[in-house]
Amino acid sequence: MSEVTVNSTPNAPKRMTRARLALAKPGFLLGCVIIGISTLLALFPQVFAPYDPNFIDYLAVRQPPSWAHPFGTDSLGRDAFSRVIHAYSVNMQMAVLATVFALVIGVVVGALVGYYRGIADMIFGRVVDAVITFPFLVLVIAVVAVLGPGLINMYIAITMVGWVYYARLMRAEVIAQMGNDYAAAGLVMGYSDRRIIFRHLLPNAITPVVIYWMTDMALAILLGSSLGYLGLGAQPPQAEWGVLIAEGRNFITTAWWLSLMPGIAIVLTGLGFSLIGDGLADLLRPRG
Amino acid sequence: MSNPILEVQGLSTTFHRGGVTLPALRDVSFNVGKGEVLGLVGESGSGKSVTLRSVLGLARRYGEVTGQVRWQGQDLTGLSEREMRHIRGREIAMIFQEPMTSLNPLLTVGRQLTETLKAHTDLNRRARKDRAIEMLDLVGIPAAASRLSDYPHQFSGGMRQRVMIAIALAVGPQLLLADEPTTALDVTIQAQILDLILKLSQDMDMGVILVTHDLGVVAQTCDRVAVMYAGRIVEQGAVRQVLKGPRHPYTVGLMQSVPEGVAPRTQLYSVPGTPPSLAALPQGCAFAPRCAFVSAACAAKRPELESVGEGRELACFHPVEALDGVASKAGAHPASSPHMTEESAA
Repeated sequence: MSEVTVNSTPNAPKRMTRARLALAKPGFLLGCVIIGISTLLALFPQVFAPYDPNFIDYLAVRQPPSWAHPFGTDSLGRDAFSRVIHAYSVNMQMAVLATVFALVIGVVVGALVGYYRGIADMIFGRVVDAVITFPFLVLVIAVVAVLGPGLINMYIAITMVGWVYYARLMRAEVIAQMGNDYAAAGLVMGYSDRRIIFRHLLPNAITPVVIYWMTDMALAILLGSSLGYLGLGAQPPQAEWGVLIAEGRNFITTAWWLSLMPGIAIVLTGLGFSLIGDGLADLLRPRG
Repeated sequence: MSNPILEVQGLSTTFHRGGVTLPALRDVSFNVGKGEVLGLVGESGSGKSVTLRSVLGLARRYGEVTGQVRWQGQDLTGLSEREMRHIRGREIAMIFQEPMTSLNPLLTVGRQLTETLKAHTDLNRRARKDRAIEMLDLVGIPAAASRLSDYPHQFSGGMRQRVMIAIALAVGPQLLLADEPTTALDVTIQAQILDLILKLSQDMDMGVILVTHDLGVVAQTCDRVAVMYAGRIVEQGAVRQVLKGPRHPYTVGLMQSVPEGVAPRTQLYSVPGTPPSLAALPQGCAFAPRCAFVSAACAAKRPELESVGEGRELACFHPVEALDGVASKAGAHPASSPHMTEESAA
């Protein structure tokens, strides 16, 4: 991800210095390390988790943290540590799947309405106003309520609401880029609209969208686990951080670690994405 | 001029903005011959750039365009967008004022050069590259082959304008529309770029429409000149004749505004007043409120652009008659020039 954007910066010879610059930023570096480890955990949870996350052991119910069970066990005797690790698969998947469709739809729609303006743009403006008036979570819950709970429906709901934010950002940036003569130059060279929009305007306009995407992935994890907690997202017995927190909720006074550990996992990955977004904003900001 | 490649007849462009009708271009007619350089001069907002955009069919996206644009016998205004794309870039090319922003900052110069060739020719990859190097060489960029992989920010303003020219001319268009190509460059570079455009137009036998507000540039480079005011051509003819003996009071005013041979510390001349708003054009001659020769007739009726012999056209009821000395005399007394022209006319 970061490599792609660095490659698309205007100056090839400066790439090295930019890469070095990136490493010199402790926040950005920390973000990359956190997300790197999170991705590994998400891809190969069975390598890192000592137990099957759904293995029920009635002989070891609600145990406090120990060497055998670092995060203790839940009311069914499942290893809490293994469940948090396996939840990385679902939650990291959320970060990607809940945002990537919104990103693609938003970028395309935003670029098109920004380029053509006119009636489509006016309608788009109304849609944006309507969606942004509602709190994000309320709208998503409403859509999930209609479609029914579950991961797939949650992705659909978040995409239906989330693309608006990408499109709005993209539209503004495309309009700003069209102030540059290279867009007009493309027209007088006889290039098609499609070529001008997707080959010339889009790559120049996408930086803020990419930065927002990082933040949005953090938000998606938060939103996904909120919905899981409310019973609208991932369904038990699936190991998912929101579900885990909800399961530990009943024992918060006696076994608080059951809810705390998945909470820390949420905070950590959220922090990782935010740090990367912050670092990218610094790195990709046009400099004189 | 015997055989014009571009004949513009009664071209009018109207923009509608929030209920206001803006007649940006009215009844503009001119011809460009093969290898001929036509200068289009006038103040900001007089319709020079709109003329170029209307010729290329870009203005119709935003406004209403009527009239005829005959390109080698074919009326461009009737063509579809798809058909226009074959004309744009291939037969008629255009370059812009701002070389700093008219290249895509994310693509190498080589990519942008070969992109036009790919869009308009059947050349293969290798031939495109060869042609790109040839073009960069032609516009005077040193070590052309090694600069193909450079990005626009690695070029200076003048060099970027050369690259733009190379891109515009790579396919070998017969007409180049140059929209103030040297305004953003410093003076020494300006002359180089103009020389380059002129030389290439001669070598390639290519017509040029040069939009500028610099009469010095016109005198240096153009064969003919059309003076625009408030969306209309008010005077046109051979450069030598028009600049030597301007007949429209506005042309006279423009020429007096060129600070040439003025003694130090004297006030520079400027045409009094400002151009009228396009939304509220006077009924008669648009220049009347600023004109020293204005009469009742000027306010009542608009003078039409009519031939006054020697291939010259003029739209004025009270043309300036003194065919020599107007500009130089006025230049010597810049502050009182409106009266001066009146006296010299008398």
